Amino acid sequence: MKKVYIQSVGSVSAQKTFDNSEFLDEITEYYDTIIFAVNPVYKDYIPPAAARRMAKGIKMSAVASKIALTEAEVENVDAIITGTGMGCVRDSEKFVSAIIDNDEAYLTPTSFIQSTHNTVGGQIALGLGCKGYNFTYVHSSISFESALLDAKMQLELDEASTILVGGVDELGDHTVAIHRAINHIKLKAVSLGGLLSSRTEGAVFGEGANFFVLSNEKSDTSYGELVAVDTFNTLQKGKLIEAAITFLTQNDLKVTDVDLLVLGNNGDIEFDDYYRVLQDGLFSETQQLYYKHLSGEFNTASSFGLWLASKILKTQTVPGIVNLNDLSASKLDVILLYNQYRGLNHSFTLVRKC
Amino acid sequence: MGIISAIGNTVAENYDALIEGRKGISRISKINTIQRDEIMVGEIAASNDALIELLGLPPENNYCRTALLGAVAAKEAIANAQITDIKKYRTGLVSATSVGGMDMTEKYYYDYLTDTSTQKYIDGHHAGDSTQKVAEQLGIEQSLVTSISTACSSAANSIMFGARLIKSGKLDRVIVGGADCLSKFTINGFKTLMILSDTYSTPFDENRKGLNLGEAAAFLVLESEEVVKAENKNVLAYVKGYGNANDAYHQTASSENGDGATLAMEKALKVAGYEPSDIDYINAHGTATGNNDLSEGRAIINVFGSNVPDFSSTKAYTGHTLAAAGAIEAVFSVLALQHDIIFPNLNYKTQMKEFSLRPQLALKEKGLDAVLSNSLGFGGNCSTVIFSKQA
Amino acid sequence: MSDLKQELKEKIIEQLNLEDVSIDEIGDEDTLFGDGLGLDSIDALELIVMLDKDYGIKLSDPKEGRKIFESIGVMADYIAEHRTK
Repeated sequence: MKKVYIQSVGSVSAQKTFDNSEFLDEITEYYDTIIFAVNPVYKDYIPPAAARRMAKGIKMSAVASKIALTEAEVENVDAIITGTGMGCVRDSEKFVSAIIDNDEAYLTPTSFIQSTHNTVGGQIALGLGCKGYNFTYVHSSISFESALLDAKMQLELDEASTILVGGVDELGDHTVAIHRAINHIKLKAVSLGGLLSSRTEGAVFGEGANFFVLSNEKSDTSYGELVAVDTFNTLQKGKLIEAAITFLTQNDLKVTDVDLLVLGNNGDIEFDDYYRVLQDGLFSETQQLYYKHLSGEFNTASSFGLWLASKILKTQTVPGIVNLNDLSASKLDVILLYNQYRGLNHSFTLVRKC
Repeated sequence: MGIISAIGNTVAENYDALIEGRKGISRISKINTIQRDEIMVGEIAASNDALIELLGLPPENNYCRTALLGAVAAKEAIANAQITDIKKYRTGLVSATSVGGMDMTEKYYYDYLTDTSTQKYIDGHHAGDSTQKVAEQLGIEQSLVTSISTACSSAANSIMFGARLIKSGKLDRVIVGGADCLSKFTINGFKTLMILSDTYSTPFDENRKGLNLGEAAAFLVLESEEVVKAENKNVLAYVKGYGNANDAYHQTASSENGDGATLAMEKALKVAGYEPSDIDYINAHGTATGNNDLSEGRAIINVFGSNVPDFSSTKAYTGHTLAAAGAIEAVFSVLALQHDIIFPNLNYKTQMKEFSLRPQLALKEKGLDAVLSNSLGFGGNCSTVIFSKQA
Repeated sequence: MSDLKQELKEKIIEQLNLEDVSIDEIGDEDTLFGDGLGLDSIDALELIVMLDKDYGIKLSDPKEGRKIFESIGVMADYIAEHRTK
């Protein structure tokens, strides 16, 4: 079985992350309950003829994937695999509201076509002229990890040698409104630094696109090795430690081999307890990081987590803003990521310096 | 296997309808749409209430129709596979949908903001929710459960991914399939593309006017060799080959020469280790749109040359069930293999002028060893799965 | 007639979100589809809806649309003759 390497990254997020030469040098602060992506100049990446139909999620993906492809110095890939939790929300909202508001009259096709979940994957393929394997996973907080796993399997078995993998979700007005109505979004605004101490229900919703070029050939510029990915539809708090140990053991690692633990804490008082199980128990001696105060919560926010881990492996530095505890790792080789959303769809991801 | 479609609520009912030529296409009855008299659909007779009762769900459940259909089909599949202990082996679930909970969202879109009694469906909108509900119904916990959404090729892709998970040794058993219900969203969406027929659809016919939408769910239980041996299972068929490729031509239309479909079929044959001549029957995507049938027809000729095997589209029976299509047609392909029978391509009158392909028009008894099933979706997503009688 | 042509140019730019195209850049006889303005089959469907909504002209066959949408000039002639709004 071949090994799998992260060759490049591309990110559009609520922080200025679309410039790969920087690493959270400037932080975009907020005091809000939803945070939007910091936009690159889309015109620089997407021809206007294509951009005119694209909603934000597709635009963010087009940019993030282009950045990743350029950095990896590849013009085409063997496969394109994307993950999205809610798909193209804005176009879906546009079409549904048009149906209701106009009583099904004078409907136009563009927003319907753009609303299908695999539009991002399809558009990237169109742009690259890539006729290879093209899948889209849509399953809440393991959408991105499903895409990663699929890519990893293909690369390990040498069924492909370069694959573009990404996670994307966008904010839509109506979708935000209804999630507010059921308290999935915080009722009161919080600041970036105050997210975890808010002790309230709900999360701060965000949006973004994070893409990676994976390959089974290492290069001098590889970010790191993608060692393992595992997902669980359900996982009781009482079984979390056992699951973490099993995951590490299956990869010949002990808890003490993990240098950094990257967690998906999103400030939701009801569900951050899952992370506490690992923070206070198994990994109490490990340097712990979090990232959703920077990216916001969305189904594929864990792709931002992987972006963070990849950047850390490459630069061998940890920006202070992501520290969750006061410990300092002696080396930055092995990073374990854990995420879940509202108690479901948990994932462990392991990356290593190569 | 398990299935619920416009032609039956079980595998046996679907099979009977197929061999008796009984199509399930009619005017829509459960959705209030102004398009009612201008379209025909493959609607499942059971109402949501009937399905809820069948599943024994409590009144406070938040199952959308997609989840209800999926649960019914998945439970039949597990029962037919004689699985008594789902936790005995490493089991996963890979499902597919395009509609998800949109049937509820479009109904309660504005109500969600003011009527708290409707809000339980908000969580059920996203594609993964119906899959999670199926997992709950089957007792699958702490396992790999995920959903694929690549438009009309979705369920075929679920089958492919499930097969690969077993092949790679990650799982011993994977339940694969898909579910989609009818919705105003998809009805109007396809109407704006002007590819819906106002009468019974006529796949591969020169005068075809478009497709009939349908709703359905189907699941298949894939198991590894070891599990089959250990449990002394009766194997219905083998997932012998599979391939996914992208047309990279246009967002919704297929390329004139069916490049994506050609590549998908070639990939599937390669994985199977087959020559084109090994295929005995093609269950085509055959939606009866001007574009698909021409493009797919050309792709079939690209791959099979002058030796095109018997082929037919079963969408004249069930309608185009979108994300579920790849799964229900997988069930039909397996039934074909089991019974050595080729299902007819209904409603056909006139050969297409672009080539000399004629689908199989009558029910045909023929020894079958390998069946190829195509599912071609928006975004240029083309998938092919090959089923075989022997390993 | 030239008012209608002007109106059509404005509508096309708006409906099809052609942000970086100005009215002056669309000539009356310029080809709209393929090489000219570069519109495609999805745009054709959008314009069919526009014909219905704004001018009361219903087309049942998308292929008819391609002939009518040849250029602004051809469109204006057709609409002038068939409009019911």
